[in-house]
Amino acid sequence: MSEILEAQKVAAQVPGALIKTKTSFGDHFLCVDRNKLREVVKVLKDDPDLQYSYFSECCGVDYSAWQHERDFPGSRFEVVYNLMSLKNNSRIFVKVGLNDGEKVPSLKSIFLGADYPEKEIWDMFGIVFEGNEQTQRFLMPDDWVGHPLRKEYPLGGEDVLFAQGDYGPAVEDLAVPHAGESFEGKTGTEEISGR
Amino acid sequence: MSDFIEPTFMPSTETVFEKQGEHTMVVNMGPQHPSTHGVLRVICELDGENIVRCRCQIGYLHTGMEKEAEYQQYHKCVVMTDRMDYLNANGTNLAHALAVEKLLGCKVPKRAQYLRVILAELSRIASHCVWFGTHALDLGAMTPYFYIWQQREMILDMFELFSGVRMMPSWIVPGGLRGDMPDEFPAKLRKFLKEFPKELDVCEAMLVENPIWKERTYDIGVLTGEQALALGCSGPIARASGIAWDLRKSHPYSSYEDFDFMVPVGTKGDVYDRFLVRLAEMRESCKILQQAIDGLPEGDYQTSDRKVAPPPRHEIEESMEAVIHHFKLYTEGYRPPVGEAFASVEGPKGELGFYIVSDGTNRPYRWHVRPSCFMNLKALEVLAIGRLIADVVAIIGSIDIVLGEIDR
Repeated sequence: MSEILEAQKVAAQVPGALIKTKTSFGDHFLCVDRNKLREVVKVLKDDPDLQYSYFSECCGVDYSAWQHERDFPGSRFEVVYNLMSLKNNSRIFVKVGLNDGEKVPSLKSIFLGADYPEKEIWDMFGIVFEGNEQTQRFLMPDDWVGHPLRKEYPLGGEDVLFAQGDYGPAVEDLAVPHAGESFEGKTGTEEISGR
Repeated sequence: MSDFIEPTFMPSTETVFEKQGEHTMVVNMGPQHPSTHGVLRVICELDGENIVRCRCQIGYLHTGMEKEAEYQQYHKCVVMTDRMDYLNANGTNLAHALAVEKLLGCKVPKRAQYLRVILAELSRIASHCVWFGTHALDLGAMTPYFYIWQQREMILDMFELFSGVRMMPSWIVPGGLRGDMPDEFPAKLRKFLKEFPKELDVCEAMLVENPIWKERTYDIGVLTGEQALALGCSGPIARASGIAWDLRKSHPYSSYEDFDFMVPVGTKGDVYDRFLVRLAEMRESCKILQQAIDGLPEGDYQTSDRKVAPPPRHEIEESMEAVIHHFKLYTEGYRPPVGEAFASVEGPKGELGFYIVSDGTNRPYRWHVRPSCFMNLKALEVLAIGRLIADVVAIIGSIDIVLGEIDR
């Protein structure tokens, strides 16, 4: 049996949801269609053989500067859900892919704990969760513009307070986008810190 | 889960008191408030004295560590991990080291694993000491704070002896430790292990059967096991609710399978149960420490892979190869293969994990921490409903939050 039990159950109970499965460094990943995310998670949670009842977290990844093979070719972002089954003592990662302007269904109605991480992902990446739409910043200040963990967002790109944008270490950084820049071969003193 | 009431309102930042409806009013607590253990803002809507809705406002300590890490080499990210959960610096170092080692496929010698366990368990006790002191202080008991702080000082002195730094040692790095244990350390640790349980007895006696303490904590903030798991609560909070789950037992890392210890589990899931569970955990940590120091194997304190760990000093003086390794390691770092890995440890506050996506360069492509306090804090919004303002203070204390880890 090459496929893991979770993948078989999901494929049987939610047809068409499973895009691919993979194992990375010993962890199992299920890549699923984001429109069927809720059904997939419900299967994982409620199936008596699986019982993934512990919601560990979810986090976003921006793959816009990625150079290698992708799980979701053509999608910019991925949201990775980390679930754990205390019954089988196993962990599973559920991944969905999406682009700007697309939405992921919120898991708040299934796992209330998804509320905070979803707010954080919206704040950091601008990924909208259907059913948990936000109007206010979560971790960033209320008047902040932009989503800092996107790859095009520069490090140190914020204005220096009271400098009126005339000077400060952050200003020249604004002109040099670090996003997607490769640090290959750069050693010693040459831009090693990324600033 | 249908009986959860979801808070949807959010008053303006300037609001302190604001009348919301016919019978309710909004009371703001924090961000500068002694019982919020940092800069946490809790906004409660009250009907009379009972809380109808409660909402936490966080982000005051947000420093963008996850963004910063994408521009740093792996071994430079280590110092940021200390500053997340500053009460459990070694435990966070360990989680990060495990995740990077998983990516690198690096095996750490047994002695390094045991020393890591010693540091992590000492951190757990120190973190629980702070929790014990501040939780008691919040509820009006001042004496335990001074007693337990003395014990925490002993632990910080031991960290200082080990690494030269009291709170943020950064001593656990991918590939092993930064240095071996000093010769004076075992004697000091044994002395501490002899005295600490007695001191803990004294502190415990002040509160466990204290009628005022029981009045303030018994039957307050009851969380069921199912709720705890759906909320993502782990560690002592889940265990107090009857979930017998500890990552040290279920997914042993860093040689935890060698040690004989128990996992304390509560029955009710109230503030008092969480209090008892954490007290019992401190004693179990002492057991682990005793076994680790008694059975400490001989060997190296870091991996022999010179691409990950620096060569020892005497080798640099003799071998050109070692000089090159040293130079390459500190200028370029190491390059894990392309892929994504997650590793987690049982921190004092719950599951503490790192999810790292590597694109094959010497910097993480995505470096994400699974924070334990951040996930546990959501429980406050649920538990506060229907309780009094004074109970919120007890519940915050029992959740044991560190804002540095919540905001990152």
